Amino acid sequence: MKPDTQTRWRCRRGMLENDLLLKGFLDHGYDQLDQEGRDAFERLLGYPDNLLLDLVLERQSTVDAGIARVVPLIRAAVAAGAED
Amino acid sequence: MNITVRKFDALIIGAGGAGLRAALQLSNADARVAVVSKVFPTRSHTVAAQGGVNAALANVLPDSWHWHMFDTIKGSDYLGDQDAIEYMCRAAPKVVYELEHFGVPFSRLDNGTIYQRAFGGQSQNFGQDQAARTCAAADRTGHAILHSLYQQNLRARTHFFDEYFAVDLIKDDQGYVLGVVAFEILTGKPIVIEAKTTLIATGGAGQIFRTNTNALSNTGDGMAMALRAGVPLEDMEFVQFHPTGIAGRGMLITEGARGEGGFLINGEGERFMERYAPKVKDLASRDVVSRAIAVEIREGRGCGRNKDHALLDLRHLGADTIMKKLPGIREMTLTFLGLDPIEQPIPVFPTCHYSMGGIPTNRDGQVVVPVKDTPEDPVPGLYAAGEAACVSVHGANRLGGNSLLDILVFGRAAANHILEYLGENPHHRALPQDSVDRALERLARWDREGEGEAVEPLRRELRKVMEDHCGVFRTAEVMREGVAKLQTLRERIDQAVIRDHTQTFNTARVEALELENLWDCAIATMHSALGREESRGAHSRVDFTERDDERWLKHSLYSLQDDALDYKPVRTQPLTVESFPPKKRVY
Repeated sequence: MKPDTQTRWRCRRGMLENDLLLKGFLDHGYDQLDQEGRDAFERLLGYPDNLLLDLVLERQSTVDAGIARVVPLIRAAVAAGAED
Repeated sequence: MNITVRKFDALIIGAGGAGLRAALQLSNADARVAVVSKVFPTRSHTVAAQGGVNAALANVLPDSWHWHMFDTIKGSDYLGDQDAIEYMCRAAPKVVYELEHFGVPFSRLDNGTIYQRAFGGQSQNFGQDQAARTCAAADRTGHAILHSLYQQNLRARTHFFDEYFAVDLIKDDQGYVLGVVAFEILTGKPIVIEAKTTLIATGGAGQIFRTNTNALSNTGDGMAMALRAGVPLEDMEFVQFHPTGIAGRGMLITEGARGEGGFLINGEGERFMERYAPKVKDLASRDVVSRAIAVEIREGRGCGRNKDHALLDLRHLGADTIMKKLPGIREMTLTFLGLDPIEQPIPVFPTCHYSMGGIPTNRDGQVVVPVKDTPEDPVPGLYAAGEAACVSVHGANRLGGNSLLDILVFGRAAANHILEYLGENPHHRALPQDSVDRALERLARWDREGEGEAVEPLRRELRKVMEDHCGVFRTAEVMREGVAKLQTLRERIDQAVIRDHTQTFNTARVEALELENLWDCAIATMHSALGREESRGAHSRVDFTERDDERWLKHSLYSLQDDALDYKPVRTQPLTVESFPPKKRVY
């Protein structure tokens, strides 16, 4: 399932790093998520920018199991985008 | 069409640090305040500011606002307005202590006072020993300030229009600005927000360049709105570039990488900085390194398939040094490029970081324009602050730690003047329907269906034109070609279409309007850079390599309506102290 435009807009962040990470994931990987994964991604988008970046760069971990499953997918998607 | 109309005393466009500081001052004084933001407020770009905020608190080393003033004027390459700079440096301690009271968790010294770090360009005794002037909340000062200000605004009952996009200012025949036409991104419904005063605080326009450090939202919306309302933009040629951004991505690779011994190589494997700066080589100043990279690429010695970048080589430093001293860089390149700098060099290109220019204001935040023989006549009801504005405290070059200070001091100052204005102008003026209609027409233009180019490729092309023709390699010939390319692009943008015509969360329409804003800022930047025949601060001309105070100690003003440049004098007279006359800038 492709991301809806509202989710796309919520991926507009205050930091370029987050913009690129999240945009990369929307283009490469988001459509593989099931409903649980999509819900977890929405929860991740609710985090402040610095925390979001720390989680995706794995400087911090989270007790939210759903988000913990989505983070490696975001990293993989960005790495795949880098090889394009 | 039946359009919702809401009325406020003050309207703030943009919810970064400048907008929120102003909103808080106004709400605390019981004004009716609305803040319009295209993204949720805490996703504003202020959140990305890591360094800190300058104030002469003298907590670590002796300091004075007067030394801070001298450093800022020298840093500005003498183009900064000395009255505004004095005002800012005197106000700095006060705004920092206010932040402390708003709950910003500043880093502390053992004695409990605010910790201050040393940044480049800071001195004691007017250019002598290094000073330590930057107050920080660890490495996330912008984040802490933005979140604290947002919380304070919620407490003070500021009204937020979250995820609303401001289209154009409403202006009447007498020149009063009376609010804005916006639309709600969720529903697509337009709204008229009438206000006795309007403050533009929409941040910079870094997205006009392909490689930049700015969030995608930094599309110069407020600057473009001002241009279309007949306000010229000031000093747009002054754009701060950092030499080593990650090519194709934009994020900074800190100078620390070269400080540790990293060096740049071209497509032939040559350490080319040895030719440009034989003594200091890769540690030459930012503009020299940036221009050297651009020259290598222009002369066909770039790296990669498209020969469009240089390489920053850290491999010889060894795994230990890279992992211990440059772990952040390795983390970034591994994440974004899938590249380990222990094994491979990093592709780099000069990256745009900050716009010194913007909407001209005085130190009260009032937007000022030339009228007949007066260079700075206030536009009634219109204010600007932060990176969107040019007050001008940064002149030709901004010092680290002065951007957060700028947004706080002048967000606050603008709010104080707005309160005075509201006292003298207590009633709403009649709404000029023709001005509202013009903004609605601009919005409706993107409802057009049929054949036409898409927005995203045009945006990419615009950014490439700016990078190639108005980046760090500037000559008259290169920029004249750039003007012609931008003009052709404008014709194509006017014929472009979007495919999505739904109302709900139509982000295609937002991006189309942003593209128009980017173009307006781009043409202002290109013309201003072409006009200024000297090198000063961040504006570096290959064909005019020296600063020329006799001809060019003046501010540029680009008007979109006349497609013409004008100039106004630099305010060299401070408020209470003696002027600092221009000197050669040596560090």
